[in-house]
Amino acid sequence: MALKQTTGQKITITIVAWVIGLLLFFPILWTAIAAFKTESDAYTLPQNFLTTPWTLENFGIVQERSDYVLYIRNTVIIAGLSTLLGLVFAVPAAWSMAFAPQSKPTNNWSGYTWLAIIFGSGGLAALILYFMGWHPTNFLVGIILLLMFVVPVSAWVWTRATKDTLLWMLSTKMMPPAGALISIYLLFNRNGLVYKDWGWIDLSDYNLVDSFWGMVPLVMLLNLPIIIWMLYTYFKELPVEILEAARMDGASLWNELTQVLTPMAMPGIASTCLLNLILAWNEAFWSLNLTNKFAAPLSFFISEYSSPEGQFWAKLSAASIMAIVPILIVGWFSQKQLVRGLTFGAVK
Amino acid sequence: MGTIQLKKVRKAFGESIIIPGADLDIKHGEFIVFVGPSGCGKSTLLRMIAGLEDLTSGEILIDGKDCSDAAPASRGLSMVFQSYALYPHMTVRNNIAFGLKMAGETPEQIAPKVAKAAETLNLTEYLDRKPGQLSGGQRQRVAIGRAIVRNPSGFLFDEPLSNLDAALRVNMRIFIMQLHKDLGATMVYVTHDQVEAMTMADRIVVLNRGNIEQVGSPLELYNKPNSKFVAGFIGSPKMNFVEGNIAAKHKAKTIGVRPEHIDIVSGKGEWQGKILLTEHLGSDSFLHVDAGDAGRLVVRAPGEFAGKPGDNISLKPDAARIHKFDAQDLSIR
Amino acid sequence: MATNQSRAIGKWALAPSLIVLSAWAFVPLALTIYFAFLRYNLQDPDNTSWFGLSNFYYFLSDPYFTKDFINTILLVGSTIIFTIAGGVGLAVLLDQPFWGRGIVRLLMISPFFIMPTVSSLVWKNLIMHPVFGLFAGIQRFFGSTEPIDWFGHYPLISVIIIVTWQWLPYATLILLTAMQSLDGEQKDAAAMDGAPPLSYFRYIVLPHLSRPITVVILIETIFLLNIFAEIKVTSVGGFAGNLTYLVFSQLNDANDVGAAAAGGIIAVILANIVSYFLVRIVGKNLEG
Repeated sequence: MALKQTTGQKITITIVAWVIGLLLFFPILWTAIAAFKTESDAYTLPQNFLTTPWTLENFGIVQERSDYVLYIRNTVIIAGLSTLLGLVFAVPAAWSMAFAPQSKPTNNWSGYTWLAIIFGSGGLAALILYFMGWHPTNFLVGIILLLMFVVPVSAWVWTRATKDTLLWMLSTKMMPPAGALISIYLLFNRNGLVYKDWGWIDLSDYNLVDSFWGMVPLVMLLNLPIIIWMLYTYFKELPVEILEAARMDGASLWNELTQVLTPMAMPGIASTCLLNLILAWNEAFWSLNLTNKFAAPLSFFISEYSSPEGQFWAKLSAASIMAIVPILIVGWFSQKQLVRGLTFGAVK
Repeated sequence: MGTIQLKKVRKAFGESIIIPGADLDIKHGEFIVFVGPSGCGKSTLLRMIAGLEDLTSGEILIDGKDCSDAAPASRGLSMVFQSYALYPHMTVRNNIAFGLKMAGETPEQIAPKVAKAAETLNLTEYLDRKPGQLSGGQRQRVAIGRAIVRNPSGFLFDEPLSNLDAALRVNMRIFIMQLHKDLGATMVYVTHDQVEAMTMADRIVVLNRGNIEQVGSPLELYNKPNSKFVAGFIGSPKMNFVEGNIAAKHKAKTIGVRPEHIDIVSGKGEWQGKILLTEHLGSDSFLHVDAGDAGRLVVRAPGEFAGKPGDNISLKPDAARIHKFDAQDLSIR
Repeated sequence: MATNQSRAIGKWALAPSLIVLSAWAFVPLALTIYFAFLRYNLQDPDNTSWFGLSNFYYFLSDPYFTKDFINTILLVGSTIIFTIAGGVGLAVLLDQPFWGRGIVRLLMISPFFIMPTVSSLVWKNLIMHPVFGLFAGIQRFFGSTEPIDWFGHYPLISVIIIVTWQWLPYATLILLTAMQSLDGEQKDAAAMDGAPPLSYFRYIVLPHLSRPITVVILIETIFLLNIFAEIKVTSVGGFAGNLTYLVFSQLNDANDVGAAAAGGIIAVILANIVSYFLVRIVGKNLEG
């Protein structure tokens, strides 16, 4: 609403906007100040924040007591690797949907046929389990469920038109984690569902809970729909003719992807990575439920301060600042591109 | 070598048929232009030759070899795209060299070829720039450079000049014709502009709704169009078509006379009319005439023609140059 | 347009993502459905048996279910109302030219990048603490002797405040983007027609915002249904828990896999109702 403004109006708006902006930012600002104060001064903020002395001791103590470096290393590993792994899956998928789209389903079975196939095979799986006798540590359970559910569902989505495939992918993001918590928890647990001694390889000592082998793929899967979606919208804007020119020039698919598409789409890929990094960095549900020391990220590190360490405000503040500053800076730089990923493109 | 043969080439997307079946023989070294209104299938046909679209049925032979299912790069053809399709992240040098690199040539083999192509195209001083720093005409030349450096047996052009301004377009037209003469390679050129088609082509292929209406030299098409569509499409301004009684006198459903084949006569001509509008181009004047039964006609007059809107004039078509069409819009010869 | 060849390659390029996503979406869900019909407690894993619909019965008749269900609705509903109302206001404000607009914009959207565990603890301790917190200080400044114990007496409201603070930037960012996409000529035409600012807002801006608002509502609903860290970290689960927290506590505190699974299924059904509408809106946009 850029209606004509007088200077007076502009001053008023400037003041109002700055006041609201600072109010919203105040909790962060205050945390930042408290982080540099002694423990006793932190309690009496903000009335005397200018007069009390500044100190860096909190950061050292936080590192000493709860090993900040370990947690930020874990966070970087989980966020970084899950982003890279996500790109490995998402770049080919987004390329395929943007440049080789399927305008119609490739088979013409009705939706009911598919429903019958999926539920039929699921029901069959249940029957097999019933007659085999259920035991929670049966390796076959995993394999059978995997085949009976994943194969028909994948086949169904695979034969859909590109548009429907994309929507299906988005809808997996909407699945509440509460629905998967129990299964994932049991699947990841050492004594959980999957029988881990397969003769030729013995994984029975291996525990996916509190392990990067569990967290990295999990966080990748959480964000994969968003990565694919964002890359798809970026790829859509690139001219197809350039890829065709590469094909005429004799580029193989690999060269087309690595030497032409990826460099051209670099800005889009970069902002996709940033969004994914932010989401992975701040992920809390699975981090709190599935990690506790070895592979725990910063979300978990902070939650340890809820009590009794939370009573030490300067330390809590220092720890909080150390946890949020890296990603806050990333967020500030990428805020313009985030809109696209955060609305699934539903707002132009 | 650079012969291209299309045999009953057919393209359909599900129910909608883009090209019902095209047959065409392109000889080595020929400059062939596909022309037609937008949506006539000319680009699709070119892309099928390039290997960027599938054939629904039929065969494409390149140098006598069946290439219907071959990968684009293995057909020995180069293509220049409408949008130039340069790789934006590569320098001009790398753009030109990319195809050679993909073919597995060594840098030592590539460098002289790129240098030679750049020299031909006056691009030597721009070799280290990115496409974004070049003007439209320069980009166009890079696109052509990328095509010639691979030394293909044939070139495919997909409306390459439509993004250039009018003056540059004329220059590039001459440049491409010169290139054709120098290289002697087969060229297939798609355009919707019949002037480009007439000036450049050895043979023109006129397409209408996916059908090849007529193939022939520019003058053949101009003088002996097979159908009303070709007659109307070739020539500028458009041929005048007259139906009804006047056409019936010539035992035809429709007759057509080009504006340049109607004379303005003093005294009584065949048709009487009143000038509605005049367009003065300097060399010529085009008169839009309301000619009563004959309908509205466009007539070419000399540049210094003095008639004004509202004047009455008499018109006399050149009897030998009247084209007759039957009820199916085909020519009666 | 592509050839059959490239489309075939494309199909296979899509396959890895499809397989991992369908495994992710369906295997845990299938197992959860299975567990929902079992009597299965981790403290007594050998004594596992078929339980029919009893898990659902126990989960639904648990007094915590009713309470947490209402909490969930209150949490989601009020946060959405506050963030939309605040977001429209902030978006209008940020759409005006003023000095330092870029910086104010960064300040306003910052809370969105703060991890939920951090914002929960900062709010709980530094701001809402009954003795040393900022709110208590403000109350004392105005003469109150007994400041409010936010998390002690109003746990749900406290959580709503934190979550609203976190999600307000999101609504602002989306609505601001939508508002800036409003055609400049339309603004000029309205100015030429002499529309006063209020009716300009009422008749031109608000209708333009209706779709983005719908999108914000749906997306926030999906994320807010799953609020967890804010409740767990502030230890108010017993008073202000939501369904997600209840599922967690069935597993974590009661070790009851069956009941937790039944709760998870109920959460999935609720989320699916919302995502059905969201997917339709996104799908319509894909066609345009």
